[in-house]
Amino acid sequence: MSEVVLRVEDLRTSFFTRVGEFKAVDGVSFYVKEGETFGLVGESACGKSVTALSLLRLLPEPAGKIVGGKITLDGIDLMTLDKKEMREIRGKKISMILQDPMTSLNPVYTVGDQIGEAVRLHQQLHDNMVEDEVISALRLLRIPAPEQRVHDYPFQMSGGMRQRVVGSIAMSCRPRLLIADEPTTALDATIQAQYIALFKDIQKQTGVAIIFITHDFGVVANICHRVAVMYAGSIVETAPTSIIFKAPIHPYTSALIHSVPHLDRRDDRLYSIEGQPPSLLNLPPGCRFAPRCPEVMDICHKEQPPTVEISDGHSVSCWRVK
Amino acid sequence: MTELLLEGRDLKKHYPVTKGLLQRTIGWVRAIDGISFTIEQGKTLSLVGESGAGKTTVAKAVLLLERLTSGHILFEGNDVYNFSKSDLKTRYRPSVQSVQQNPWSSMNPRMRVRDIIAEPLVVNTTKTKQETRQRVLELLDQVGLAPNQADYYPHEFSGGQRQRIAVARALALNPRLVVLDEPVSALDVSIRAQIMNLLKDLQEQYNLSYLVIAHNLATVRFMSHSVAIMYLGQIVEYGDAEDVFTQPLHPYTRALMSASLLTLPEDEDQSISPIILSGEMPSPLNPPPGCRFHTRCAEAMEICSKEEPELRTVGNHQVRCHVHEDPGVHPESS
Repeated sequence: MSEVVLRVEDLRTSFFTRVGEFKAVDGVSFYVKEGETFGLVGESACGKSVTALSLLRLLPEPAGKIVGGKITLDGIDLMTLDKKEMREIRGKKISMILQDPMTSLNPVYTVGDQIGEAVRLHQQLHDNMVEDEVISALRLLRIPAPEQRVHDYPFQMSGGMRQRVVGSIAMSCRPRLLIADEPTTALDATIQAQYIALFKDIQKQTGVAIIFITHDFGVVANICHRVAVMYAGSIVETAPTSIIFKAPIHPYTSALIHSVPHLDRRDDRLYSIEGQPPSLLNLPPGCRFAPRCPEVMDICHKEQPPTVEISDGHSVSCWRVK
Repeated sequence: MTELLLEGRDLKKHYPVTKGLLQRTIGWVRAIDGISFTIEQGKTLSLVGESGAGKTTVAKAVLLLERLTSGHILFEGNDVYNFSKSDLKTRYRPSVQSVQQNPWSSMNPRMRVRDIIAEPLVVNTTKTKQETRQRVLELLDQVGLAPNQADYYPHEFSGGQRQRIAVARALALNPRLVVLDEPVSALDVSIRAQIMNLLKDLQEQYNLSYLVIAHNLATVRFMSHSVAIMYLGQIVEYGDAEDVFTQPLHPYTRALMSASLLTLPEDEDQSISPIILSGEMPSPLNPPPGCRFHTRCAEAMEICSKEEPELRTVGNHQVRCHVHEDPGVHPESS
């Protein structure tokens, strides 16, 4: 139906430090289609954000390095581009929204200037046309009275409005792919609901593909079409959203889902996973989840499980599925 | 059966807004404006609301970290503001302890865990070194940490473990009430469940009362016996947790629940459409006249912008809304 915008194959990103190599992302593969929202879910330090930064090739140099894999955007292999060509992609074809709007906006420029920066850089417009473009970007994010708001500074806006401005910057050049890294985590519940509804709308209008990074399953259920669950640098399960919630296969996925308390019924006790994720410096030789897994077998400690596709669009890496 | 431990009566805290060289007061921020609640021994009361609702101001008031503009806090029936200094030190403060949101900033990074947990004991009791040592080990065991970890520094622990240390410190003096300010929101999903289970176990074991400040409704439902939903410095709905969650009456409560409810893509095609509020919470510096929620309320009537609704009892819980004023015109809720 709709075409694949981004395809990531066997992406490996490591950080080389004095104490050794941290395999932050280790063999991650996924794709995102036009008009689709793909969720990357996991706990802190599971490699979600490093995956996003790798796609944009914005890793902190020289420690962070993509050591293997292939990233293709609309048929272009991003790994082969030089710095200048990559700059053409960032902000134009792929844009990003970060978690905290307070730190991603510059406090001494008006929001109009900041949105205009991307427009000017990528669209080579005349100065007198930039403002129209900026206002239409603000309008797309439904910021009330955009003609006046253009001249506001970030501190004059509320958290929700600021995050919309960040969204306007990201959408100003009509990107093919939007990477949203925990965009709603810093927002209040009702504002978060507004923001998510807004993005669903924008996606319908523009057909932008979205990679949505979050640790909040409530948000995942609301916005994502497909979800990949990450654990210690690799994807353990990928499936359409409703399957992830209703019939998760990997023990980690199901443990995560069961450890979230319900709003629509009272739980007496929560399911909890004992222990903590392994250190990325010193990963266990077999399955990474094996030390915490309730259904662990002998082989899990020895060999990494292969990724098996068990039904259309649902794949799992677990020795139990074979 | 259950005894009343702490009561807040009509608490108000107004912060002055000053301007200029002479610090002239040009207005007041009504952080909390007439909050009343009760906490029973062994039970949990949760305050829920978005940022700016005044939850933390209430917590600070209960911990006596903030002097109220007016109102009374009654501890076992006695007004805390009438306590003498020595009474406060021996009776109130040891009984009311707190656990803060962020375990990365609530501990001195240069102290060993042993000393962090022992600090309340050293300050408030006359235990010998040997007794203190013993008590610290007991506490570590209660929160699920190993005795040898007493000699570690906070940075050697993960977030979940640090929050366990914070809980151990709060329990050191055998408190009656623990104020938990967003106890799990800084933690990862799989760790949250561990800490929430731990808090529940400890409550049962020691008959503790909790005052929980939270914004995540699902967490609150799991933890609480009663719930107060706050909006712009006021309680808009207050009652038994199960009543409030199964039959939310106030439009704000319903919107909040809808925003936090897990809706799968296929549910949306059916009739369950989420309630999305327009706009944002107004400034507490200049709260709207009438009902404070009317600017965002889908059910607002003419009276809502003129008259402030009272908190009144409807069914089993209290609600501050004109729609629920007269039991005769009670609309179908949820």
